[in-house]
Amino acid sequence: MQNNSKAPSVSKPTTKQRLAIDRQKMSEQDPLIRNANFEEVNLGLPEKVALLEAERCLQCRDPKCVAGCPVMVDIPRFVALLSEGDLAGAAQSMLSDNALPGVTGRVCPQETQCEVLCIRGHKGLPVAIGYLERYVGDWARGHTGQQPLVLAPPSGRKVAVVGSGPGGLTAAGELVRRGHEVTVFEALHKPGGVLVYGIPEFRLPKNIVRAEVARLEEAGVKIVCNTVIGRTYTVQELRQQFDALFIANGAGLPVFMNVPGENLKGVYSANEYLTRVNLMAAYQFPRADTPVLKGTRIATIGGGNVAMDSARTAKRLGAATSTIVYRRTRKEMPARAEEIHHAEEEGIEFEFLVAPIEVMGNEKRWVEGLKCVRMQLGEPDASGRPRPVAVPGSEFVIPCDTVVVAVGTRANPLLTATCPELKLNKHGNIIVDENGMTSLPGVFAGGDIVRGAATVILAMGDGKRAARAMDEYLRLIK
Amino acid sequence: MHRILSKTPLSPNVTRLDVLAPRIAQIRLPGQFVIVRRGEGAERIPLTIADANPDAGSIALVIQAVGKSTRELTALEPGEAITDIAGPLGHATELVASGRALCIGGGVGTAVVHPIAQGLHARGVPVLSIIGGRSREWVIFESELRRLGQVIVCTDDGSYGRHGFVTDAARDILAQGGADVVYAVGPVPMMRAVVNLTRPLKVRTIVSLNPVMVDGTGMCGGCRVAVGNETKFACVDGPEFDGHLVDFDLLMDRLTTYREFEQQALTACEAGACKIGLA
Repeated sequence: MQNNSKAPSVSKPTTKQRLAIDRQKMSEQDPLIRNANFEEVNLGLPEKVALLEAERCLQCRDPKCVAGCPVMVDIPRFVALLSEGDLAGAAQSMLSDNALPGVTGRVCPQETQCEVLCIRGHKGLPVAIGYLERYVGDWARGHTGQQPLVLAPPSGRKVAVVGSGPGGLTAAGELVRRGHEVTVFEALHKPGGVLVYGIPEFRLPKNIVRAEVARLEEAGVKIVCNTVIGRTYTVQELRQQFDALFIANGAGLPVFMNVPGENLKGVYSANEYLTRVNLMAAYQFPRADTPVLKGTRIATIGGGNVAMDSARTAKRLGAATSTIVYRRTRKEMPARAEEIHHAEEEGIEFEFLVAPIEVMGNEKRWVEGLKCVRMQLGEPDASGRPRPVAVPGSEFVIPCDTVVVAVGTRANPLLTATCPELKLNKHGNIIVDENGMTSLPGVFAGGDIVRGAATVILAMGDGKRAARAMDEYLRLIK
Repeated sequence: MHRILSKTPLSPNVTRLDVLAPRIAQIRLPGQFVIVRRGEGAERIPLTIADANPDAGSIALVIQAVGKSTRELTALEPGEAITDIAGPLGHATELVASGRALCIGGGVGTAVVHPIAQGLHARGVPVLSIIGGRSREWVIFESELRRLGQVIVCTDDGSYGRHGFVTDAARDILAQGGADVVYAVGPVPMMRAVVNLTRPLKVRTIVSLNPVMVDGTGMCGGCRVAVGNETKFACVDGPEFDGHLVDFDLLMDRLTTYREFEQQALTACEAGACKIGLA
């Protein structure tokens, strides 16, 4: 790789020079402008700034950052190539580790993965690895053809991937590079899974997903949409046509709170709310045919990234007030710090230590309020977080016309119910071994269908790990 | 892409499209549906598979043109295509193995009753169908159902068959003890009226529900219905349920959620924004 470097031969900066550079900032759309549009919030780095930030990397002899990355991106290598100005080399390096850098550069919680381990972070701020990843991913997208995917000779093996979300796409990329013939089955009409139906445009523009999917297709990955495994084909039928399978069909069924009034008009699951707006482009209604209720006062229940996405989407659809209702405190929120911060900047209100007990409706059965109770934190529960306990007599009502329930999902039974041979845990999630293989030989699984609700990057890590094990499996059989 | 092989007007606003979908045609079972998206920017809408021809690789979709999306679908001509069809979705109908079955279809729901009657007939279960419409021109699937058993046609205005509602005819049949199981599909008030007839007689009654759906695979939960005081997702738990347990008021109410939007889309459509003839 280094041999192909077209970098001008400049002397490398010394450690002292590197240490003198401050962490660079990424510019963002102004909060009070962006909360009324669906354009991307983070604006990326200009080339000069990206190269300067790359110079901050100390090129540690024993780097810690890589171990924090679920897909094991060789961070020092791509950052070194970038700092030398070898963008094509950096892109090539990145893409050989990570098929979706434009995605992960935007949605990964780097602050709890690679950056938290960065040695520069011991004194001062870590290298902005996420920004650099995004920069390289975006450069690669604008310069297709300059990082040809090197494919192994055809293995003659056929592999099916169920689901075209982050886990499935990552596995597909890894498998096609290893010379296998890969077909991805997607239930919806567009590939991308949660990247297209769940994560909003303002956090992950859909043209980036499209481009990264297109790169995989160019490498030979075949994507078949509108195919619901468990309905259109069963797992056993796929096993007859393919040598191995990777199941990454996602989480699926939204969980409701089981409180009175949840079926009133104006109550959405976050999945439905976000799918209408993102996948179906309801924010463009009537130019797009799918509508979404544009409430003036919206309450979103939950404290994860999906809750932040919903509340921020509501604001952009024109809500006068958009409130997050969470039963613990800000400290326990599972959402990324950046998302909480962005939400606050955009005028999202937070009701901490509050739990809903009833959705209230008017005589026409439209939502008109969310009856809640105040909570206090008690002893730690099974998750290790303090258990919220209701304060007696503290009931109050948050007036609202729309309620979005973002308290999680449970395993979708469509696939597993039609394949009783797959061992499941008590929550309906597929059980896998350390290589990602299920109880069926040659059938691997990863992402939310294994983990329950997790993150994009953990699904990608599963896809990568399983692809390696599948490759070994495919070389051993027959 | 799913090419339209033929198009048949069935009533003043109901059209049958026979569409190429070989895999679905091969494996679909009575009661199952597909999610259809006409093209870019279009809604995803659920449609029951009314019939299938595995040899030709086609499925029959019967569409009542009421809103923008359904109008645009029914404006498609043979040779044109529907971009996306996913399925077959939902559980298959719970078909009895013996006894006498009464199949009741109201309006476009008659097309949904048809595959159920087909399935029963194939099992050797005698089928009596009661179908109805406002007047003669609104009665659909009569000849198809006659191939499967006796048919009683009802019209609200008496212009054809028996004068009155399908429930009037059903009441008579039930009074004679002429049905061991009832399958009823049609407008919500009709299904509610049927289950009110069969409940005191304790005749098992299956209804097919048509709530608003987006993905059709259990992901969005928009299609939730209350059955026996439990919330169910029609797309993965249904679409057919024990009619005696269904909360029809809730279903009817939730079906009105997007009424304003539907009107807005239709108005824009009539003002020339429809993609009719542009497919």
